[in-house]
Amino acid sequence: MARKFRKRPSGPTIPAPAKIPVSLTVNGAAREIVVAPWVTLLDALREHLGLTGTKKGCDHGQCGACTVLLDGRRINSCMTFAVMQDGAKVTTVEGLARDGTLHPVQQAFIDHDAFQCGACTSGQICSAIGLIAEGRAKTVEEIRELMSGNICRCGAYPNIVAAIRQAMERERS
Amino acid sequence: MAYIGTPTSRVDGTAKVTGTAKYAGDAAAPGLAYGAVVTSTIPKGRIAKIDAGAALRVAGVLDVLSHENRPRMARRTAAYKDDVAPEQGSPFRPLYDDKILFSGQPIALVLAEEWEIARFAATLVRVEYDVAPFVTDLHVERERAFAVEQPHKPRGDADNAHAAAAVRHEAEYFIPIEHHNPIELYASTVLWQGDGKLTVYDKTQGVQNVGNYLCAVFNLKPVELRVLSPFMGGGFGSGLRPQYQVTLAVLAARALERPVRLVLTRQQMYALCYRPATIERLVLGAERGGTLDSVGHEAIAVTSQYEDFARNDTGWSGQLYKSRHAKYVHRLARVDLPTPSDMRAPGATTGVYGLECAMDELAVALKLDPVELRLRCYSDRDQHEDIPYTSKKLRECYRQGAAVFGWDRRNREPRSMRDGSELVGWGMASGVWEALQMDTAVRIVLGANGHAEISCAFSDIGTGTYTIVAQVAADLLGLPLEAVTVQLGDSTLPQAPVEGGSWTAASVSHAIAKTADEIRKELWRLAKAMPNSPLAASRLDDIALADGRIIDKKDGGRGVPMADAMRHGRRDRLACESTNTVKEDTSHARNTHSAIFAEVKVDEELGVIRVTRVVSAVAAGRILNTKTARSQIMGGVVGGIGMALHEETLVDHTLGRMMNANIAEYHVPVNADVHDIEVIFVDEPDDLVNPLGIKGVGEIGIVGVAAAVANAVYHATGKRVRDLPITVDKLLR
Repeated sequence: MARKFRKRPSGPTIPAPAKIPVSLTVNGAAREIVVAPWVTLLDALREHLGLTGTKKGCDHGQCGACTVLLDGRRINSCMTFAVMQDGAKVTTVEGLARDGTLHPVQQAFIDHDAFQCGACTSGQICSAIGLIAEGRAKTVEEIRELMSGNICRCGAYPNIVAAIRQAMERERS
Repeated sequence: MAYIGTPTSRVDGTAKVTGTAKYAGDAAAPGLAYGAVVTSTIPKGRIAKIDAGAALRVAGVLDVLSHENRPRMARRTAAYKDDVAPEQGSPFRPLYDDKILFSGQPIALVLAEEWEIARFAATLVRVEYDVAPFVTDLHVERERAFAVEQPHKPRGDADNAHAAAAVRHEAEYFIPIEHHNPIELYASTVLWQGDGKLTVYDKTQGVQNVGNYLCAVFNLKPVELRVLSPFMGGGFGSGLRPQYQVTLAVLAARALERPVRLVLTRQQMYALCYRPATIERLVLGAERGGTLDSVGHEAIAVTSQYEDFARNDTGWSGQLYKSRHAKYVHRLARVDLPTPSDMRAPGATTGVYGLECAMDELAVALKLDPVELRLRCYSDRDQHEDIPYTSKKLRECYRQGAAVFGWDRRNREPRSMRDGSELVGWGMASGVWEALQMDTAVRIVLGANGHAEISCAFSDIGTGTYTIVAQVAADLLGLPLEAVTVQLGDSTLPQAPVEGGSWTAASVSHAIAKTADEIRKELWRLAKAMPNSPLAASRLDDIALADGRIIDKKDGGRGVPMADAMRHGRRDRLACESTNTVKEDTSHARNTHSAIFAEVKVDEELGVIRVTRVVSAVAAGRILNTKTARSQIMGGVVGGIGMALHEETLVDHTLGRMMNANIAEYHVPVNADVHDIEVIFVDEPDDLVNPLGIKGVGEIGIVGVAAAVANAVYHATGKRVRDLPITVDKLLR
């Protein structure tokens, strides 16, 4: 496509890195993408697989908004490249509900109003599911500490903790 | 009322917990091009040269736009003046010319087939500058600060009264630059439709404000542009004005004639806007018995070189408490930073922080309990205008808040309460904000199937607007909540101002009420016209809508189903749109109030502070949704904890640059920083503020919180830190 506003100068083309095929199982479905090595898992999900439920809040592993479950463990998807995860199983917020029934953590987030704007919510929910699977958090203090990688700027923390406790109790019973 | 006042769960909750809610950076489009912004590394001067040669040679780069080669934009600065722009000054025009006004200013836009390519190529753009001398330090520039006009008039003779006062307190309090840091990055996705028309998904608190701005800047007709913001991942005031990414994204779509996505980085967002660094100087004079006699409040805040941003910091001090003498001044100091902006209860958050810490210090000087001092200065009238309030249940906030907190068990002596190795401190403060309402229009389309669609251009920035709109409409139309759908955040919908100032709930609710009343009239006419209508002799005043029926209130059993009335009248839908205009009424003051009680525990050796308990008692008229309103107040409390203990943007004054422009080094409260928060809504019936008695709760939650925490820290440690945030180094100094 011709440039309208600035002419390409003479000189050699600076190539973009060659693209590599990557196989992922995303929310239970086999997905094949061909991406450059500099594409993060987060951008692969959002821009290449159309799964925009996973959010970008900092791109530096500081806010946790991009948390997904990678082979069952919670991970900041902005901190890993898609090509590093060839063959991995990824679960995003879009893959949690089953046959129209919300995952218990999703339902608990609604019940306890554990969000306002929703920008951190996918990450909080995936992180909470990871936390519960880890089985390390037994007390409210431990939930708070182990959920501190997920920033909620609307300040819904007490509701997030209440939602996680509800989901934990349901799991136990 | 089946829904108003209940803890209804968010109607958009499922969309948010399943990831289907679409935000500005989520919109998909075939052939999407991506932008990456190059920003200035100097705070002031001119761009001498931009060398985009290497960037343009990167495979996949489509173009590099700068002031040298961009498509046409308006020249007049008036075209860039949006609804929320300060009256004085000329707004920043992104990519307009070679002038550098602040560090982090966008100076070039790299466009590429993929985002990573754009970002890489942006690092190859070489820029040379002519640097000019600059200033960024408020503490240096305060000497040159100039006074701005404020509506509040002085009363009495504050200077003489202060000089003669039996007990005086005089101190300066400082609030550093703070950033909103919504979790969603600023983003715009512009869909190019081929016919020159643009659909713009933008992160904004005001779609019509952005629409008008873009039409003026790009000389577009309103029909050529549609701005959408159905969901917004947090604003806190940062999205009231159009931000530069939307200007650049539209510029790029017009240049490339294809759809464009532009997402700013977290670091770049620090150059959008911020809460201005402010010095609050309080001068209080009291009689020995413990009544306030004079209040002096001076605020000195930063603004940019090109716009005068000022809010009401000082007026609260003269309004809130009874005092015969009062004077105020608000000054601005120009610095080479972007223009500050509204951020969570702008003016009140900073001004009331100063006032409420000063009141605490005065209580100490008077050897009075801080609640007792406030009760002695309590005023049932607005002290500025000497007019009554539509309602003011602040006394009840003190009473209920103190009772729930257990305030009567407080030992007034600092350093007197302990929990193991930690010092325990209890502090309190008052909060105040305005109950505002704006002209707003709503459209209601009622189908014969009993389904209603409510639409309005307001955005829901996370506050719960979708939900309260559905609740109010369901109640006023007599329909179940499930039969109501809500459309918001679209510039083509009926008129609404930006979402801010806590005015959304009152504004949209009364617009719904007015439009629902039109629907009621229309249904009544149809019902009366039915053969053998049981409502044939009814009067409109007696007609209500309930349970899907048009009924006579005097005889609830008498009525007809709405569906029957519409069918008989051969109407498959009723559509009404009307605007609720707000008449100015200066006979009463309109305010929300709060009392905040905070407990801190301070490690005596390390100085680490934890806010272990907060009780916030709020009087804000009728609460439409006790669940979402509680979340708003809780969020304000968390913001106040951040303000008190964590948040500060650090500027390197030798480089004129913000140093901690990321969420790891700009500290915001995380989950482990937040413990028990209890929210109390004090019953405050009010049929004067507006017919539905709604005051709004967005801002009141944060006002006073930082003061309550700071006062608790003093009570725990005996050390008064007036410069926010209260960090370990200041406490141990």
